[in-house]
Amino acid sequence: MSNVFIAFQDNEDSRPIIEAILADNAAAQATYPTGLVKIDAPGSLVIRRETIEELVGRSFDLQQIHVNLVTLSGHIDEDDDQLSLSWNN
Amino acid sequence: MSVDLHTREIKPLRNTFTHTAKYVGNDKPASRYQEATLDTQPTDNFHYRPTWDPEHELFDASRSAIKLADWNVLRDPRQYYYATWTMARARQQDAIESSYDFVQSRGLVGKMSDAVRSKACEVLMPLRHVAWGGNMNNSSIGAYGYGTPFTAPAMFHAMDHLGAAQFITRLGLALDEPAILDAGKNDWLNTACWQPLRHYVEDTLVMQDPFELFIAQNLALDGQLYPLIYGNFVDDHIALQGGTAVSMLAAFMPEWHLESARWIDAVVKVAAAESEPNRQLISGWLKTWADRAQAALTPVAELALGTSGVDALQEARDALDLRCKKAGLIA
Repeated sequence: MSNVFIAFQDNEDSRPIIEAILADNAAAQATYPTGLVKIDAPGSLVIRRETIEELVGRSFDLQQIHVNLVTLSGHIDEDDDQLSLSWNN
Repeated sequence: MSVDLHTREIKPLRNTFTHTAKYVGNDKPASRYQEATLDTQPTDNFHYRPTWDPEHELFDASRSAIKLADWNVLRDPRQYYYATWTMARARQQDAIESSYDFVQSRGLVGKMSDAVRSKACEVLMPLRHVAWGGNMNNSSIGAYGYGTPFTAPAMFHAMDHLGAAQFITRLGLALDEPAILDAGKNDWLNTACWQPLRHYVEDTLVMQDPFELFIAQNLALDGQLYPLIYGNFVDDHIALQGGTAVSMLAAFMPEWHLESARWIDAVVKVAAAESEPNRQLISGWLKTWADRAQAALTPVAELALGTSGVDALQEARDALDLRCKKAGLIA
């Protein structure tokens, strides 16, 4: 199965997002190339607003992830509550 | 000649300070909140005891009857340290500014009936003084409480109360002439229906135990006042009668109340869970102060909502009791 990945700048704002992704995607692996956090996951990966909100303890607009989002691969399915990446094959 | 550029990654040997690692481990970088907050309370080698309180050290956990083995357990689920707190509040300020632009550019205040406008002023203006009391009381918790995870958010909360007081002032100036502020102060000082609440606020101003003050102000009083006034009165009663502008301009208060309730609930939950004496102390304080706050708010609820005021206040009280139940304070 091919991997999808998503990478964020390695900073304080991305931190709850990364933690939420790792909590929601058991197969996801984070690596830390200089200045970045890159998360690889086989097949698919999901970012859930609720999980991030629990971690930051306040409401979170999922569009805020784009401030620190660097790159990604996979087909995107996005709404107010989640953003998921997957390969349709 | 060709130049090869290499990036070389340098792994830090330690991910955080030793005193932070004691709480969160050293296997991954600690968050700014953790580094700014955990174990940053000065604990030892104080010089003289303060002349104004020779019974205690300058920072002294024994100022409260609540006993905790480690005050660093009282964490803030919002993880506010100075930067995140100011950024969150700046965003809210921007939102309120655009509400003011919207209301003023469309003359929405002029479209309200005089009766609704004066009702809103009559109920909201004296609350500036309640919010100022909240500012003083939370400053006091920040000053005499123990452990940065508890005292730092208390200081933020103090400034938030000041912000709420300022929003009420600004609302008064938007709805009416500046004399409305004096009228509100006069009501606060002299009108019978405000006196029990004023008595409550003034009694909390001289309270010594920071944790009891936390319960009396943040849980017992604000836990009923905000749902009653900003939920029932402003957002339902006034808005239904064509006063949506008031509810837009006061939007910070209910939003902030919901957000800060998470912190308040987390603090009491953890403190009560640590030991049975703590739980009994806290639930005793809660019972005393919540009953008194409910009694003090009764004439205010009647002023705001007429005959349905008492029911609305009871609803607020039930909601507060539910919060306390979830926090394990009452069975």
